[in-house]
Amino acid sequence: MHLAHYLGLLHRAQVNLADAFRQVATAHAEEPDIQHLCQQQAQRCDAHAEQLHPFVVHYAAGAPDEPDRLHSQLFTGTRTGGIGLLRDLQDLYLMAAECDITWTVVGQAAYGVRDEDLLAVVLRCEGETAVQLKWLRTRMKAAAPQALVVAD
Amino acid sequence: MVDRIADPWGERTPYGPGQEWPVRVDGYLADGRTEADVERWVQSASVLHSNGDALDIAVADGRIVGVRGRAVDRVNRGRVDPKDLYGWQANHSPDRLTRPLVRDGDRLVETDWDTAMGRVVARSKELLDGPGGWGHFGFHTSGQLFLEEYYTLGVIGKAGLGTPHMDGNTRLCTATAAAAMKASFGTDGQPGSYTDVDHCDAIALWGHNVAETQTVLWMRMLDRRSGPNPPAMLAVDPRATPVAREADLHLAVRNGTNMALLNGLLREIVQRGWYDSDYVEAHTVGFAELCRIVDGYPARRVADICDVPAADVERAAELLGTSQRLLSTVLQGFYQSNQATAAACAVNNLHLIRGMIGRPGAGIYQMNGQPTAQNTRETGADGDLPGLRNWDNTAHIEELARLWNVDVDTIPHWAPPTHAMQVFRYAEQGSIKLLWISATNPAVSLPELRRIRRILARPELFVVVQDLFLTETAELADVVLPAATWGEKTGTFTSVDRTVHLSDKAVDPPGEARADLDIFLDYARRMDFRDRDGQPLIRWSRPEEVFEAWKECSRGRPCDYTGITYEKLRGDSGIQWPCTDEHPDGTERLYTDGVFNTDPDYCETYGHDLSTGAEFTEPEYRAKEPRGRAFLHTVDYQPSPEVPDDEHPLLLTTGRTVYQFHTRTKTGRAPQLDQAAPDVWVEFNPADAARLGIAEGDLVGVSSARGAIQARARLCGIRPGVVFVPFHYGYFDQDPADRTPRAANELTITGWDPVSKQPIFKVAAVAVTKLADGRGVPSPAPTVGGSAPPADATCRRPSADRPPRPPA
Repeated sequence: MHLAHYLGLLHRAQVNLADAFRQVATAHAEEPDIQHLCQQQAQRCDAHAEQLHPFVVHYAAGAPDEPDRLHSQLFTGTRTGGIGLLRDLQDLYLMAAECDITWTVVGQAAYGVRDEDLLAVVLRCEGETAVQLKWLRTRMKAAAPQALVVAD
Repeated sequence: MVDRIADPWGERTPYGPGQEWPVRVDGYLADGRTEADVERWVQSASVLHSNGDALDIAVADGRIVGVRGRAVDRVNRGRVDPKDLYGWQANHSPDRLTRPLVRDGDRLVETDWDTAMGRVVARSKELLDGPGGWGHFGFHTSGQLFLEEYYTLGVIGKAGLGTPHMDGNTRLCTATAAAAMKASFGTDGQPGSYTDVDHCDAIALWGHNVAETQTVLWMRMLDRRSGPNPPAMLAVDPRATPVAREADLHLAVRNGTNMALLNGLLREIVQRGWYDSDYVEAHTVGFAELCRIVDGYPARRVADICDVPAADVERAAELLGTSQRLLSTVLQGFYQSNQATAAACAVNNLHLIRGMIGRPGAGIYQMNGQPTAQNTRETGADGDLPGLRNWDNTAHIEELARLWNVDVDTIPHWAPPTHAMQVFRYAEQGSIKLLWISATNPAVSLPELRRIRRILARPELFVVVQDLFLTETAELADVVLPAATWGEKTGTFTSVDRTVHLSDKAVDPPGEARADLDIFLDYARRMDFRDRDGQPLIRWSRPEEVFEAWKECSRGRPCDYTGITYEKLRGDSGIQWPCTDEHPDGTERLYTDGVFNTDPDYCETYGHDLSTGAEFTEPEYRAKEPRGRAFLHTVDYQPSPEVPDDEHPLLLTTGRTVYQFHTRTKTGRAPQLDQAAPDVWVEFNPADAARLGIAEGDLVGVSSARGAIQARARLCGIRPGVVFVPFHYGYFDQDPADRTPRAANELTITGWDPVSKQPIFKVAAVAVTKLADGRGVPSPAPTVGGSAPPADATCRRPSADRPPRPPA
């Protein structure tokens, strides 16, 4: 059963997203809403990772070797300025999107393996990831014209 | 007559439930004049608070000589706030601006209108040239102009320049009221009526020191409290305000924890079966989710978070849950605090699950802080679109485009209008290059003033300020335009409970000062804004013509003014919108049939996630199938963005005194009001003061991570761990060469609610040190209101008869 690999993928994606939210919060601290909400969302990611952890451990027992090229690198550090903020939010968006689709995949597997506890975690957390995507989209939509058309 | 400085609320006129509030006519004529000396009485209403009290201006020898309340009016039945009794004297202040000023190096020099407007227009045309030119313009307007002025400004911004960067000082006072009503009911629009005070059997005041912010509404409540069968009263406020002292139950919650309290109260009400299941079933969406979330807030947990006794939480729930006609009022203790929109929505939830809405006595006032704030929301001079339209609904934008005869894409609608704090951020970053500030004073009123001054002083930013006086903001301007004020121009404005009043011109403005409307129209003419057919975009010139144009914009929307005319507003009481051919006398209460404005084609927003401000899309909104039902939005409590630590162990909250308004631009120039509250102070609980070695009157330094101020200490009934500083005091009346830091906003946080974008003024962490001994001289804090000292303390009592201070 390969579920352990996808649980590991999701766990690491949540940890990485938490870290990226924190880096963006610090880099763009002069945007108070970014600073505050990125910190808040980092904590949500922490909570997601924490809830996933027992399942990662549980399913890891007896799992086959991890396949090649499972993990991908979506974030390589923050940028500065108006367009830099936009681009950083776009990185977060792509990372949250990876989490979003991985929740879907893990949720499907939870149905398949009849794991009610795992399913409950997925149902609880995937909605919060969806809100992260929605917030990032909202903020980027508002920022884009000023950053791309107006600013010098 | 009662000394209305010593007793701001005057004599009681008790009345019972269902009775008409008795008339009591207040007035003040200066210089010993009597009514026989008055040549004309000119109809108006108050612009020094948000209650919308109707009054007449007394004129003699071409000057304003006093005011008198209008007995005929539904809002105040003749009563007048002390600020209105005396504040009009500022109109005659010798330092009124009478000529335009332009910057010449580090000085502002007098000039003529052609030169001043020529500079504004030349810079505007230069900036507008090229793609994205619209994005270089920002507007920061007020809660003190008239409807006609806001609507004109809105059209200039949205259809003339095509910029979304227009907001105002109302973002600080009223944005959460609007956001909460949109979220719960589908559109802005106050459900209740001031007459709900006449019928209610319980009043809950949520972070609302109404005794000092809207004195006439408080008189109405006090008159019910002193009559037969008085309403029960609950106050939620960290300070011992007059409201808290009058209330049967006072919850002095820890600042920033409103959401936890409301969740706990809702849990009790659900668990005790004090909700109206038929109403919930028929008229609301989201009850199961509400129950799921509030279940996590038993009274014990709420007591821990909010630092109030669990038994009091239960008693409060009982007071709310067993009332038959519950009235709630909400203001800055919620709107300017942590989780503002979510907590204000929770008050709406309380009324929705109890079916306490849309009938006499069962009402909600999501209050405003400023007199004409309502109109910025209606006309779209703040972060809204005219007629309470939805920026994300293309059909609504098409209506505006037809009305103004411009292309749909001229009107910015790719995102919501830019909120005030973001406008200043763009100015800080340099992409906004022209900032036009009208009738407000951000150099004292916005958070983190050192930053605001730095932005306004940027050489690259062209700042236009339109005001009566050389305010702290005007000092930093490139062009200063002298404006006429209340009593010197004609227009309408609307109270918290949707009552529209006319304010007629009584006297001419001083010197070359011009009505704000005339300034905006002059700009539009000089900029030569055109519609799609090459005709002038703005074709009106008089206030009444603007009002008629606005009526068309409001047609069919919740704030429908089509049944109102200037003529109809003259002589009689103000009229509550919606007022149409079908409802020619206006509409007292909204949602009387339990049908809300949540239809997807009609609503003002498709909604937000309340914890992040993430916007929902039209399909997502439609999927909720609102069908005229109201939304029960519920979220978990989250701690404030700033909490005390070792370095800054106290929590700062800011607010008002009854004697001053905004940054004292007017009230600081009225002798009786200035004398009643002449200087800043800082409030301490006696236990904190004892621990810090601070006595009444000591000079104290208050500092946060952003700045520091000095103020004299007042020991009073504020909750332990919290200090209060009034936000009114800036620097205009100090020697420019020797200014002592005293503005509360030197200390506050740049931060805002994720949905309403209202700045958070109630939760800054501060440190305090004693700077000098007061030697037994009490602080300048009034002994009336929230700053009242304990009964046994010796403090200077305010009085209207005390002679004014000699000029400095």
